[in-house]
Amino acid sequence: MWAYFTRRLIIAIPTLWVVITVAFFLMRLAPGGPFDQEAPLPPEIMANLKAAYGLDQPLWWQYLNYLGNLLQGDFGPSFKYKDFSVTELIAQGFPVSIQNGAAALFIAVLFGIPLGATAALRQNTVTDHAAMTVAMTGIVIPNFVVGPLLALIFGIYLRDTMFALPVAGWNNGALPNRILPVICLALPFIAYIARITRAGLIETLRTNYVRTARAKGLPFRTVVLRHAFKSAMIPVVTYLGPATVFLLTGSMVIETIFGLPGIGRYFVQGALNRDYTLVMGVTILAASMVIFINLLVDMAYAWLDPKVRYE
Amino acid sequence: MSDVPINKRRSGSNLSVPNADALDKAADVEGRSLWQDAFRRLKANRAAMISAIFLIVLAFICFVGTAFVPWSYEEIDWDILEATPPNFATGHYLGTDSLGRDLLARILQGGQVSFLVGILATSVALVIGVSVGATAGFVGGRVDQFLMRFVDVMYAVPLMFFIIILMVVFGRNFYLMFLAIGFVEWLTMSRIVRGQTLTLKNKEFIEAARASGGSTTSIILRHIVPNVFGVVIVYVTLTIPQVILLESFLSFLGLGVQPPMTSWGALIAEGAQEMEITPRTLILPAVCLSTTLFCFNFLGDGLRDALDPKDR
Repeated sequence: MWAYFTRRLIIAIPTLWVVITVAFFLMRLAPGGPFDQEAPLPPEIMANLKAAYGLDQPLWWQYLNYLGNLLQGDFGPSFKYKDFSVTELIAQGFPVSIQNGAAALFIAVLFGIPLGATAALRQNTVTDHAAMTVAMTGIVIPNFVVGPLLALIFGIYLRDTMFALPVAGWNNGALPNRILPVICLALPFIAYIARITRAGLIETLRTNYVRTARAKGLPFRTVVLRHAFKSAMIPVVTYLGPATVFLLTGSMVIETIFGLPGIGRYFVQGALNRDYTLVMGVTILAASMVIFINLLVDMAYAWLDPKVRYE
Repeated sequence: MSDVPINKRRSGSNLSVPNADALDKAADVEGRSLWQDAFRRLKANRAAMISAIFLIVLAFICFVGTAFVPWSYEEIDWDILEATPPNFATGHYLGTDSLGRDLLARILQGGQVSFLVGILATSVALVIGVSVGATAGFVGGRVDQFLMRFVDVMYAVPLMFFIIILMVVFGRNFYLMFLAIGFVEWLTMSRIVRGQTLTLKNKEFIEAARASGGSTTSIILRHIVPNVFGVVIVYVTLTIPQVILLESFLSFLGLGVQPPMTSWGALIAEGAQEMEITPRTLILPAVCLSTTLFCFNFLGDGLRDALDPKDR
């Protein structure tokens, strides 16, 4: 098993390298640069600026330089946020995003699994249909619609009541500031997890070993909780890989709507401003996260499903 | 009811074209084919049928309706220049946005973009996904290894980030967006098609085709691809809403379609900025987008139930 994971880790390195290389050269293909302004800078100043950031060097040299710095954990200076290195910006933004993401994930698991399990145990009843309609609604109303609507309701319509919540800013992570963004991020998640749980549990309940357990005379409750539940969770765990991607993109929207200083917002701002290094940094971080989570998911399989063997 | 798929085809939606084609072919044969059975089951599914009809009507309104709206989507009403409530006298049936542009015309134009993206980007994904999946599954060996490892690597890349980088690099080109989204969505399609191909590959009819001298390409195109369509059409129906959502997401962030053109996502972004004053500008496009996504999902689920009855 360890050999398998070591190999997976080794494969992760070329994957990351491809990500870095493609992102690097794509960004440099872009017409216009980070120092373009409405009123063009005098050529001398432009030349100095470019020299200061190493942009006057040949492209392959810049690339090698970047890779070299990256190996030392240095993502380079940000082009737009003066006096900040990308490492500093990420160090500021990442905790914000990761805390929101983890909270949303926690809430989604807390509500999504019971919702899906209830629907599965009452398959094709009114409860099932109601639960799945709610779940579908959570999926089709995107969080860039839910976000502004929540802001409208809690920030404006309920402004003078006890339910009023701040709709913008991070305020050093004060609890009221986190509520709306986290709910907004969690809603579609709850829906996906509920659907996956339902499908997984329905399938598991039809398996022979569950039938055997029932035939032995075990109470239904025990069969569901002790026998069926664990293997019904496999698809949910599988979903955590895509869910990470979903959280990362979701954070772009949520942080833009609610004005939170997380990496999602830095990425969108960076892309709009052609802040090469910042965009690269966030992309590399996101790719590493996805690779890492997928690895964890694979490890979780071995625990959930005794049939899984890694060679 | 039996003319529903033909209507769908006329409306410009490619949703059930393969379905309808297969039905046409099947009509010559005595007895009930798989597709006839599936279609019968689909007709019995009221939610899916209502969704299908609703989508056809909505697409029709979006593409034809613009001709009957007195204003165009980019035209500024210089007498107004602010968000106003619906006014039939001036021809702004749903009012105007903050620049005095007709909201109805903009919603219809946004709908055109959403439907176009849904269909074109999904077609890109369909073509790539089916070719890669069928080739990998049928040819097998090194080709399969290489293609599927490539898909694995792509899965591990947060592709949304790359779409955004692409959009920035190539100046938010309208058609590039279709391509970029299609290039992302083909991964799952290729895996599904490959799995199906693997189960088909050793069937007798493939062997027969090979024995009668069919080349690999012709076997893939004439025998494999038609047989995986049942699964593919379900996945296509479920990909369209994802693609529409992705485009709206990009447009919401300001990285999708560029003004004065608009899309539902862009309208939602504009509406969100004015929601305290005119919630209408946020809610109307949001309702359009969500209803469309809802219907596509219902239709996809209905198709899945119809084509794969054992899953019910």
